[in-house]
Amino acid sequence: MGFIEYTADSMPALLGATLEHTVLVLQGLGLAVLIGLPLALLTYRHRSRGAVLAVAGVFLTIPSYALFGLLITPLGLGTAPSVIALTLYAFLPVIRNTVVGLREVDPAVVESARGMGLSRTQTLLQVELPLALPVIVTGLRVATQMILGIAAIAAAVNGPGLGNLILQGLTSAGTPFAVYLTLQGVIGIVVLAILFDLFFAALGRLTTTRGMMIRA
Amino acid sequence: MPDHMIQLVELTKSYPGQSEPAVDALTLDIPEGEIVVFVGPSGCGKTTTMKLINRLIEPTSGRILLNGADVTGSDPDELRRGIGYAIQQTGLFPHRTVAENIATVPKLLKWGTERVRARVDELLTMVGLDPAEYRGRYPKQLSGGQQQRVGVARALAADPPVLLMDEPFGAIDPLTRETLQNELLRIQREIRKTIVFVTHDIDEAVKIGDRIAIFSEHGRVAQYDTPEKVLSEPADEFVADFIGAGASVKRLSLTRVADAAVATDWPTVQRGEQPRESDREFLLVLDEGRAVEWLPRRDGRGGLPVLNAVGPDHTLYDALNAMLTNNSDVVVVTDAEGTYRGTLDMPAIQDLIHADDTTSVPRRATKGEVR
Repeated sequence: MGFIEYTADSMPALLGATLEHTVLVLQGLGLAVLIGLPLALLTYRHRSRGAVLAVAGVFLTIPSYALFGLLITPLGLGTAPSVIALTLYAFLPVIRNTVVGLREVDPAVVESARGMGLSRTQTLLQVELPLALPVIVTGLRVATQMILGIAAIAAAVNGPGLGNLILQGLTSAGTPFAVYLTLQGVIGIVVLAILFDLFFAALGRLTTTRGMMIRA
Repeated sequence: MPDHMIQLVELTKSYPGQSEPAVDALTLDIPEGEIVVFVGPSGCGKTTTMKLINRLIEPTSGRILLNGADVTGSDPDELRRGIGYAIQQTGLFPHRTVAENIATVPKLLKWGTERVRARVDELLTMVGLDPAEYRGRYPKQLSGGQQQRVGVARALAADPPVLLMDEPFGAIDPLTRETLQNELLRIQREIRKTIVFVTHDIDEAVKIGDRIAIFSEHGRVAQYDTPEKVLSEPADEFVADFIGAGASVKRLSLTRVADAAVATDWPTVQRGEQPRESDREFLLVLDEGRAVEWLPRRDGRGGLPVLNAVGPDHTLYDALNAMLTNNSDVVVVTDAEGTYRGTLDMPAIQDLIHADDTTSVPRRATKGEVR
């Protein structure tokens, strides 16, 4: 049986794993945005942003296999440690790009907004965030690409997703369909990565308003 | 005191870790409807003082009165919506169109859509930009001068009684800058706002200001007076130094030709007529009321064309410049339509410079009148 034929036969399982993988990544990213964005908004003007970014950076340096494993102790096996691990990895691109995007807004624009009587919150919502949005979306794009691959490790802690196909393939090395399983997992992740990238490219264009695209 | 729109009382701003305050117990009254220029070297506290007025910088001590009411403790956002604000870098919102930029404060004040739209068009027309062409553009699609016009329009949007302008024309090329200065004076003639204008350029201060406050350091005002007084009677050495050389020349730009003594006794001759006897070396040839040629008295041939005539709205500075350009000691003066009115010569200008300042300097051009 060839790879195509095998894949056609196992399509329901493959699609199921792909859907799980997508949900897992979105959960991790969502949580990172839910926590990281407010953290960035609270600290981008303050010296403490350095500490926040340093901590977020430390997470990235922990080997993924180890991080998933370490989270078993407090969170047990399955989806929970998987989502939290991905969230920790997504923090740095999400927080850093939000901080950088907001700090890159021309100070004169912010000063004139305040000078005209926009409150702190209005300035943030109407001026700073719209101008920083393309940079923030780039952060989401980078985070997603990164954790799409890392999410495969979730299988090691009994988590969901395409990692299970890869893991099955690896543990059954030598059997007839071992390579096919691993290939399915890898190709699934690559296809997801391409689809997510296209989505974020479109979102990036959408958040860059016409006035910002024009070259000075 | 309704005649003082802005009153600063013992206003002080000190920053932690700095031994000397940025602004030290400044007391200053700014009359309603006038342009007051804060001028001084970098770090003199002029910009800090301006930002204390709309509390972009909070004072350490002292009081700010706006139209008689103490606003030192009022809600700063509320306060700023009633004070126009324009800065050198314009600070236009790059993601919003010209119309949306101008509509910022009216929208904060919850004006209706129709009212906002009408106001935007009115303001664009006022600052010399065709609404149909410019309202939908983005700031980056405008030249520096046009951006600054939009910045002024945006500052005026909600018709605030007070306008703060922080070196608004500082980053503009000299030619456009001159145009924008003239337009600000033209607009001011219509709107009669109380304007605080910050600049480091004494020439701009003399041109724009009804009053000039010369800052020395730490927000100390070395002299606060009309441009004439500052130029003719500098309060101390610092002011004299800051004005620099050429105070006399600068004063020339405060008097318009229309207000100067124009000589009407220059011998003239109608085109085609025989030159009459005269004690002058040249006769002026008039053609349908216009001076067209300087004709040598001796042989009545080889006349020189009349160049660089000055009109009533030119200043004596322009007149002197025309003389120097023409290599002549006299310049033809016309009325607004270009009809010959008389002549102005070097001795007349010298008389004006050396006249007793307090009594015989002619009324200076009112700010806001076209130069």
